[in-house]
Amino acid sequence: MRILTLIRQVLDAEESVRMKAGAVDLSTSKLVVDTMDEYGLEQALRFRDADSTIEVVALAVGAARSEEALRTALAIGADRAILVETAEPLDVIATSSVVAQLVKSEQVDLIFCGGGQADWDSHALGAATAERLGWPQATWTSALIMAAGVLTGTHDVDTGKESFTMALPAVVTTQQGLNDPRYPTLPNIMKAKRKEMRRVPVADFGVTAKLNILSTEVQVKERRRKMIDGKDATVAAAELVGLLRNEARVIG
Amino acid sequence: MILIVAEHANNKLSKSTYEMAQAARDCGREGPVTLLVLGSNVADVATQAALLGDQVLVADLPALAEYDPEVWAAAVAQIASEGEAHTILIGGSRSGREYSPRVAVKLDAPLMEDAISLKVEGNALQAEHYTFLARVTERIEATGPVVVVSIKPGAFSPAKPNATPAEQYDVELILPVRRVTVAGRTTEKSERVLLADADIVVSGGRGVGSAEGFVELVEGLADELGAAVGATRAVVDAGWRPYAEQVGQTGKTVQPKVYFAIGISGAVQHLSGMGKSKVIVAINKDAEAPIFKEADYGIVGDVKVIVPALMQELKKTQ
Repeated sequence: MRILTLIRQVLDAEESVRMKAGAVDLSTSKLVVDTMDEYGLEQALRFRDADSTIEVVALAVGAARSEEALRTALAIGADRAILVETAEPLDVIATSSVVAQLVKSEQVDLIFCGGGQADWDSHALGAATAERLGWPQATWTSALIMAAGVLTGTHDVDTGKESFTMALPAVVTTQQGLNDPRYPTLPNIMKAKRKEMRRVPVADFGVTAKLNILSTEVQVKERRRKMIDGKDATVAAAELVGLLRNEARVIG
Repeated sequence: MILIVAEHANNKLSKSTYEMAQAARDCGREGPVTLLVLGSNVADVATQAALLGDQVLVADLPALAEYDPEVWAAAVAQIASEGEAHTILIGGSRSGREYSPRVAVKLDAPLMEDAISLKVEGNALQAEHYTFLARVTERIEATGPVVVVSIKPGAFSPAKPNATPAEQYDVELILPVRRVTVAGRTTEKSERVLLADADIVVSGGRGVGSAEGFVELVEGLADELGAAVGATRAVVDAGWRPYAEQVGQTGKTVQPKVYFAIGISGAVQHLSGMGKSKVIVAINKDAEAPIFKEADYGIVGDVKVIVPALMQELKKTQ
């Protein structure tokens, strides 16, 4: 059995967004593996821990620098990695075509994908890939077990939580709370250097972007940043209520 | 035509449907605004939808009693193709975000996710949406005959109903077999104002100390203000509060007139769910907490002392 875990390299949430020539410039920023993807990798490794015949393949579709994120995935425990290099960012619908083609050629049974992407704020890759493959999906999964080719778990829906079962092959999107991702250990970091990292040019997949990005602007919401001394709670409370009523005019 | 997939719950059209209707009216695309109502026993909902568009398509089928991403995607794609829809609007709810990509793939169309604005420019459709955990606004463009758009809740003002109802038509659907079996559901209900609709939101983080502290401070202040209650991921994970109250990247997005962050440090993931609030008030004992940089008014102090004083003050002057 083979599990594909999608890895995206994104801006560290603690870093500020830098702009250059009207676009987000990540060249000097700290990039990390998208947190949401770590839960999928961890879940794949847990399934492999329980069944050593499982192979875990990490896939990134992105800039050449995404190799760093894949190295991290290998150090955490993935068996091998595939990097589809794209100079220009591809939109999610186009990316799903790349993923689906690889899934077919690699004979994958289960795909893990982060529930949301911390760079495009997109939630679509898992579902779009599932549709291309004709597979079922479970999104925002918070618990998951696998037995005899059937997945059982819980996930978030519009009104709360739902428990589900579905048969493989399938796509599962992951989120915080699914598990506690492990860290790379020194022996695994050493081993990772010898693991396979295959590069495939995006041109091999014959996809074209479906969306054009016209402009990008960093959100700056001017905040008053008025600090009220909290030493005397009663005085502070009176001042705050006064400001909310008379300055901001947001309460009655 | 512009096809809006109506969102509804408990026999009522959701606010998001009114917002999608406004987006459709304003975007400048030609063709009738068509609402598609999917469900079982949805006559009431169809009647409400008839006041929002030029026509209503109704698929009232037992097979549509419960949502399923593959079933919904198949239904929407089929109606969109048969009706030659050029623009398909889907709500940016969890379910909408989940099946809209499938619709886009089925129709070989681009997908614009979580649009906060929408307009025609030449023969293209332009939208704005947030990226980088809502820290960046990006303007995107889709060309081509068909575009699928998910509409971010709260971004458009709800459309006013028309005076006369539009014609309703029943539609036939060929639906796929469900492959995901739902074994159980936990529905979270609240007696308070709905988070997404509230003018005032009071949210609590770890800093409130405990589930009891949350009830006393956050619910207490919310009741005093007639506000909705929100929570951080950490608080929901700790089991203090239900998931329905979660605000942030993996929870709800809110945009109230005033947002009270009680004992919330202000992680980027939380900020992405409430950063667009008109006014933000932060109360936290840690003067270095990032939330103060995003706040209009901040009080550094013990929430267990400050919040009760605030409730007293509100009682006193009402």
